[in-house]
Amino acid sequence: MYVAVKGGEQAIDNAHLLLARDRRGDPAVPELSIDQIREQMTLAIARVMAEGSLYEPDLAALAIKQARGDLIEAIFLLRAYRTTLPRFGDCVPMDTADMSIRRRVSAVFKDLPGGQILGPTFDYTHRLLDPDLAIADDERPCPIVASVGAEPVVAPHILQILDREGLVEAPQSGVDAGVEEDLTRTPLEFPACRELRLQALARGDEGFLLALGYSTQRGYGRTHPFAGEIRIGEVELSFVPAELGFEVPLGAVTITECEMVNQFRGSETQAPQFTRGYGCVFGQSERKAMSMALVDRALRANDLGEASGVPAQDEEFVLSHCDNVQATGFVEHLKLPHYVDFQAELALLRQLRDDWSEKRIAKADADRSAKEQQEEAAE
Amino acid sequence: MSDLPEYNFAYLDEQTKRMIRRAILKAIAIPGYQTPFASREMPMPYGWGTGGVQVTAAILGTDDVLKVIDQGSDDTTNAVSIRKFFARTAGVRTTTRTPEATIIQTRHRIPETALGEHQVIVYQVPIPEPLRFLEPRETETRRMHALEDYGVMHVKLYEDIAQHGHIATAYAYPVKVDERYVMDPSPTPKFDNPKMNQCPALQLFGAGREKRIYAIPPYTRVVSLDFEDHPFERTRISGACSLCNSTKAFLDEVITDDQGGRAFMCSDTDYCEQARSRIGPLS
Repeated sequence: MYVAVKGGEQAIDNAHLLLARDRRGDPAVPELSIDQIREQMTLAIARVMAEGSLYEPDLAALAIKQARGDLIEAIFLLRAYRTTLPRFGDCVPMDTADMSIRRRVSAVFKDLPGGQILGPTFDYTHRLLDPDLAIADDERPCPIVASVGAEPVVAPHILQILDREGLVEAPQSGVDAGVEEDLTRTPLEFPACRELRLQALARGDEGFLLALGYSTQRGYGRTHPFAGEIRIGEVELSFVPAELGFEVPLGAVTITECEMVNQFRGSETQAPQFTRGYGCVFGQSERKAMSMALVDRALRANDLGEASGVPAQDEEFVLSHCDNVQATGFVEHLKLPHYVDFQAELALLRQLRDDWSEKRIAKADADRSAKEQQEEAAE
Repeated sequence: MSDLPEYNFAYLDEQTKRMIRRAILKAIAIPGYQTPFASREMPMPYGWGTGGVQVTAAILGTDDVLKVIDQGSDDTTNAVSIRKFFARTAGVRTTTRTPEATIIQTRHRIPETALGEHQVIVYQVPIPEPLRFLEPRETETRRMHALEDYGVMHVKLYEDIAQHGHIATAYAYPVKVDERYVMDPSPTPKFDNPKMNQCPALQLFGAGREKRIYAIPPYTRVVSLDFEDHPFERTRISGACSLCNSTKAFLDEVITDDQGGRAFMCSDTDYCEQARSRIGPLS
């Protein structure tokens, strides 16, 4: 029997107290500081900033702490903060060719101008648990790395080199020209332009994009991708205030950029060329940048005349479901009270069941009397 | 925390190895057939050779000498990583010399030096199903293999010829094994396909993420799919290696500057080194 719960407010307050207690854990264990999270959980910070669409490591660290390590919850916190911020203008399009490179790899050429720079990567670690890390910090020496990257690396984009020969399609002018629409300020309409799609993918859920990108590799919208280039590093941002009329540097952001080289196409009027897929996210996140590039390329299927109706090529399907704050909200909203609708359903269902029973009884009666009549006739 | 857990010889536990060996035996008994196996989580990511690593771990003995190559080279990062993994977990001897190895794990190449009866070559396979890009559903492709229903593949090759004038597949070029199963040779260049035919070495293929093992027993007929009027062609970049001058080996292209400069060199680094030690450095 449903009983209307009184004192909901008190219950919520108590829930918050319980949450705060559980967030803190055992008080005998020192509390996490924002600095610790920012410095030692950098990849979590990166994900929260990327999908939270806000570059602010300290706030991301705070969000992670507040969310007890639930990253989607932390993303939600950051999004909810971001949405309150005023927009004072668009920055000058950043030039990733000028990146201070920390990591840069290409899977298509063994060596290239600027070289392959492995940088800080899990890629060639063996996933064996390291008990050394469980030893308290002060007993373990800090890793010392000879200063790498003292010399700035000059590394042109590999696709630019291919472009010079016409082997790959030129970058689309819309991307070069900067963005006209802001996904967070205008409602998304279909079909969306590529810039808007890229905005949506950049803040889209890593797991969802990973699965979609993966599906294209397994035959659901194959794009023959090669990781043309992945680069991670710092890029300077600048802004032109209208009253000054010249560029003012705002600071630098860490980004991961992935340029995929995809299957070629050509026509009677155009020589065959590789096509491109593009991914770019805040912080160090190759998984996300690569997935994004795969999905970006898959979403161009319509424009390139190769659509076959698979999920990764379906713009509406992808863009409508890639936002994890939206998704988690709607899925988890099922926890909210639905007493009224449920009650309506319940009433309808009871009505239907009663009708069904009545009909059944009526039919049984009719059958019985028909049988009796038959038997009488036979006698 | 406790000490580092003890790992078995070559990482995998013996029961897992037995399961993999059974799959390998079945695969050898049915050449070219994709045998499902209960692929394990490995301490490296899926797509980085977990299938090959599991096969190698299952067949590796203490006397074996292991060579690991990626793109033909012993010193590419992933090859180094896998070689170190087995040096650490199995303590076996490793080598870069092709003739000295008893087991060669490879990704994307078959060594230029001919393999012998004493050797096993283990291929890392990303997508074991040659029909996958023609039919994405596994249930359907397994049925097609069972019925030897390879019409779509021939139609695809035919369409390539109709559209492009020749078969537009440069790597992972499909083969027919022992006149029965169409098989994906893994993403090796089609230049390497003829090396699979009547090869004296046992060839094993492991796909970890897709959970499949397949095999070509020694001295088995392996034919690259083609048409009578469009026979299979073994393509290679024309030119010579800029290090050893080889005009026979498969070459990698290297960009030397951003002005369009480029050079070619052997993709098989061991082959190249041996050739150079015979002829001396080029001037």
